[in-house]
Amino acid sequence: MNWRRALVIGIPMVWLGVFFLAPFFVLGRISLAEAIIARPPFTPLFERAPDGTLEIIASLENYRFLIEDALYRNAYLSSIRVALVSTIFALLIGYPIAYYIARAPEPKRSILLLMVILPFWTSFLLRVYAWMGFLRSNGVINNALISLGIIDAPLRMMQTDFAVYIGIVYTYLPFMILPLYANLTKLDGALLEAASDLGASPMVTFFTITLPLSLPGIVAGSMLVFIPAIGEYVIPALLGGPDTLMIGRVLWDEFFSSRDWPVASAVAIVMLFLVVAPIMWLQSIQNRREID
Amino acid sequence: MRGWFLPLAVLFGFIFLYAPIVSLVVFSFNESRLVTVWGGFSTRWYGELLRDRQILSSAWVSLQVAFWSANLAVIVGTLGAFVLTRFGKFFGRLLLTGMITAPLVMPEVITGLSLLLLFVSMELTLGWPAGRGLTTIIIAHTTFCAAFVAVIAQSRLRSMDESLEEAARDLGAGPVRVFFDVTLPVIAPALVAGWLLAFTLSLDDLVIASFVSGPGASTLPMVIFSKVRLGVSPDVNALATIIIGFVLVAVIIAGWLMRRAAKRDIG
Amino acid sequence: MDGRVIAAESKPWQNPSAQPFISLRGVTKRFGNFTAVSEVDLDIYRSELFCLLGESGCGKSTLLRMLAGFELPTTGSIRIDGEDMARVPPDRRPTNMMFQSYALFPHMTVEKNVAYGLLREGLKKSQAYERARDMLRMVKLEKLARRKPDQLSGGQRQRVALARSLVKHPKLLLLDEPLGALDKKLREETQFELIKIQETLGVTFIVVTHDQDEAMTLATRIGVMKDGVIEQIGEPREIYETPRSRFVADFIGTVNLFGGKVDVAAPDMMRLDLHELGPVLVPPQTGLTHGQTIWGAVRPERFSLSRARPENTQNAWEGVVEEMGYIGHMSQYRIRLANGVLIRVSQSNRLRDEDPISWDENVWVSFNPAAFRVLTE
Ligand SMILES: Nc1ncnc2c1ncn2[C@@H]1O[C@H](COP(=O)(O)OP(=O)(O)OP(=O)(O)O)[C@@H](O)[C@H]1O
Ligand SMILES: [Mg+2]
Repeated sequence: MNWRRALVIGIPMVWLGVFFLAPFFVLGRISLAEAIIARPPFTPLFERAPDGTLEIIASLENYRFLIEDALYRNAYLSSIRVALVSTIFALLIGYPIAYYIARAPEPKRSILLLMVILPFWTSFLLRVYAWMGFLRSNGVINNALISLGIIDAPLRMMQTDFAVYIGIVYTYLPFMILPLYANLTKLDGALLEAASDLGASPMVTFFTITLPLSLPGIVAGSMLVFIPAIGEYVIPALLGGPDTLMIGRVLWDEFFSSRDWPVASAVAIVMLFLVVAPIMWLQSIQNRREID
Repeated sequence: MRGWFLPLAVLFGFIFLYAPIVSLVVFSFNESRLVTVWGGFSTRWYGELLRDRQILSSAWVSLQVAFWSANLAVIVGTLGAFVLTRFGKFFGRLLLTGMITAPLVMPEVITGLSLLLLFVSMELTLGWPAGRGLTTIIIAHTTFCAAFVAVIAQSRLRSMDESLEEAARDLGAGPVRVFFDVTLPVIAPALVAGWLLAFTLSLDDLVIASFVSGPGASTLPMVIFSKVRLGVSPDVNALATIIIGFVLVAVIIAGWLMRRAAKRDIG
Repeated sequence: MDGRVIAAESKPWQNPSAQPFISLRGVTKRFGNFTAVSEVDLDIYRSELFCLLGESGCGKSTLLRMLAGFELPTTGSIRIDGEDMARVPPDRRPTNMMFQSYALFPHMTVEKNVAYGLLREGLKKSQAYERARDMLRMVKLEKLARRKPDQLSGGQRQRVALARSLVKHPKLLLLDEPLGALDKKLREETQFELIKIQETLGVTFIVVTHDQDEAMTLATRIGVMKDGVIEQIGEPREIYETPRSRFVADFIGTVNLFGGKVDVAAPDMMRLDLHELGPVLVPPQTGLTHGQTIWGAVRPERFSLSRARPENTQNAWEGVVEEMGYIGHMSQYRIRLANGVLIRVSQSNRLRDEDPISWDENVWVSFNPAAFRVLTE
């Protein structure tokens, strides 16, 4: 191998090796330490014993703590639930939009597509913030409903799971629409004509032709919503209530509020194995199927 | 999916997408401090925003971070994509494939925490990076943005006709020349798209930056977050309106440029 | 510089002491455990126009890519102009290639595409563009020099690709199905131009093609490939008239193939016993023994048709015209013999006033023994 080739391989390899892979080893090692009040706030891996030998200090104490405390288990489960529900809603809202855009004639199609992408280029944080103004007890929705006389007292929408669902669906809707759109534009119009020619009503055509053929788009879009939703911190922190448990939020609080770095690390490691590994496994299966 | 149902569903979807943004803009011109209760037209919050040193300096930090991260991410991501699509078999190929795609599915809290712990450990053992700030945020953002750039660059490199590169070799260009004369110009549009995506992702990131930044290097999202955490605040509306204005102007200019390029091609 | 004329007329391949310009020895290319090119030995002489023919996937492109340097042979050696190419990268080889997909750089103008190779040689910009323009004039594209490739038609693109591969005056020009994308008329025009270019520049050409007519028109010699092996190398006439194997005979043009055995192999006379035709008398041939399994090949135009039994030959059979097709200067017939065997015959339509043989007529099919080709593989 000549040196130029080695250099070209080396740059991305070393960068990612140091700044992406190595951190996980550090994470794993600190998850075995103990929190102390010091800088840095955890016990070192090696300690010089009184007799001068090096001792390795590592314990699975943090992991036992995670298993015993129901808080963490509930947080994992409820993260999955929230992500799942949000993904389903995003699909229900996103599919008609993607379908409509894919069928629209040209200038209209580009404009609608741009309108779907546009919010993505504005700040994510500010879009979540916009919902705070909408959902508050004296927010836009409540004010409108009260002035229309539909309700007398403001509905409580902020700081609920409902607000978190809305926030996630709203934030990740473009990620659902775009792969669906890409898939649906490829759908051959002749297939639909053939189906109706063979006597299928539009409804039947949709459920027997369009929907099955758009399955890859549905899977891709759902992944793009589900994956970031599961580790989400900002949305539950801003829109959720104190009882909205999500694992990203638990990790954040463990780190910033309790300043317990080792427990936060253990939470991250468990999250890695419980959430990220299955997703990567699923993706690699899907990739292989696409190659075949 | 015919008749009234579909257009209605689409209309509802777009209202859902745009109503919050519109209200954000409208209430940024609200006199009242109670953001969502109309108290008359005013631009006072824009004035307050422009006097807010903290916001201005954090915006500057964010722009610097985004600019450098996007540059570095394009370099690392493009090289990674190039190696994976053009170098055939080499030692560590599988590892590189994994490392370049995994950041896409990695929850931000994990990336942020693990990088912070790395920086802390490196500081303890190597003495670098001394403290955390601009540099560490740029490194962190480069790492996760490179994955996005790599995905875009890889799909372009795959679809590119490899005989273009062979033709250049055949005409006497060495491998490095071929890369700069042929490969790079052909995939340039994808790299511009990658750069813009990286820039946006970096500007947008709150979680990773919160973990790896240090005192004195707060990014704009960090400052906004600390403000809105306490409730709605009218100067944030003003800021949002300015950002939306920027995006709109950029989109209009880009559209105009593209249309002009298309016209020139036809003419 | 009188290349083609010299190569075509001096026929260096018939001269054992002539120095080959390109020489391949035992060249094999494997992809994994699939052998794309197998044990190829090939000599090509200066200013030849060598055509590689063969079915899709037989390894033609792979062979060409090894000459250009994009693939390295798994085993074997390639020499060009006496120099071993094993460690020479594509950019240092004295070859240029015209790609099947043309591979024009989309971001450069036509002119820049053509000048690119000259600039890599270290030529000054002004000189490089000057020569590029000359080349473009030659392929009649000087008016389109400032266009980008995507603003050209298919035929124009093909000529740019040709100009780009010629402009460096390579010692060896490799063309991978250069005329594949063109319609028939443009194809013939371009074939003509290729020969003209080759005559004026004296370059050595290796052309891959699917089209045997093209090979017949262009080539000084033809190599017929099958499954990675070169089955036969020869001048077009030689390949056509004396194919060495059933595959070559069948691949080049139409042929009637018969199976059978050698019956009598005497020095002055040879008789074959064919399954389809029975006993056949042919001119004696060395290397055949009694009882040996052989195949016989006769081109359709080598048969004669007549209403009466021909007198001067024993090799005549009676049959019925089952089908006939008129294609301008020729007519093609399918004759069903009494024993059910079908024979393809073509006759040129020279005599206008003659009453041509037609459907359902009883006819006699015969051939001159010299036209009968005995194959052993
Ligand atoms: N990089 C490669 N890896 C694996 N197999 C290959 C590769 N390149 C070519 N082959 C195989 O080698 C064989 C010969 O390929 P080649 O391209 O030389 O065929 P060809 O004669 O040019 O065919 P065509 O006339 O269709 O262009 C084919 O079966 C092909 O599948
Ligand atoms: Mg080929």
